[in-house]
Amino acid sequence: MKALKVLILVLFAGILIFAASDLPFRGDPDNLMHAEESITGTTVKGSYFIQNAYRDARTPNMVTVVLGDYRSIDTFGEQVVIYTAGLITLLVLRKTRRRRG
Amino acid sequence: MRRQFHSPIVLLGARLLSPYIMVFGWYVIIHGHYSPGGGFQGGALLAASVLLIRVAGGRRIARLQIQEFATTPLAVIGVLIYFATGLVAMAMGGYFLDYGALPIPGMDPDWLRYTGILIIEVGIGLAVMAILVMIYDNMVKGEDYA
Repeated sequence: MKALKVLILVLFAGILIFAASDLPFRGDPDNLMHAEESITGTTVKGSYFIQNAYRDARTPNMVTVVLGDYRSIDTFGEQVVIYTAGLITLLVLRKTRRRRG
Repeated sequence: MRRQFHSPIVLLGARLLSPYIMVFGWYVIIHGHYSPGGGFQGGALLAASVLLIRVAGGRRIARLQIQEFATTPLAVIGVLIYFATGLVAMAMGGYFLDYGALPIPGMDPDWLRYTGILIIEVGIGLAVMAILVMIYDNMVKGEDYA
């Protein structure tokens, strides 16, 4: 059983390394994700964010604009997830004294 | 049952550090527009400053700072600040969470978005701080900590 676990781990590591060997180099300006147009001819959304983030929200930190303005519903979902986690600890961990019978 | 001990040195160090961590937390929240940071990170720092006093001083001293029953309403207020910002923007004729439609007079839509991001960051920070403190309180409840 232990040999099977090790075999599965090695297999997954091999798959991941094989997939990672095909990734583009980080910071290469010729990457597809840095291009202004995708291969299908449509505009890449990231280039719009980079060009217009300061004009739209007057904020130099582009990440904050994406997180708080363009994708604010996603951030709202994250906050609700954290809130739900807190409420679940309230339900699970709080020890209330309840007599049976 | 664990032995209780009282250490003035640990308490003094925690009292010395805690206000500075809290100020740095607010700095990270407010300066999210200009430097790395934002609501989540700043909220974690605020929670760290509150939890430091709780770990070092125990329940009796922590009651002077933020009481245990106050954490859940604070979390609700934090979530409601975010949600109400989106709802007000929607009520004034924009989309949900479209800060350009917030009813603050004398501001252009771009500066309104700037303000809206700040408002929601404060809401996120408040909620994250309250929830981290709440998790600690619920985990410790029932144990005899000083």
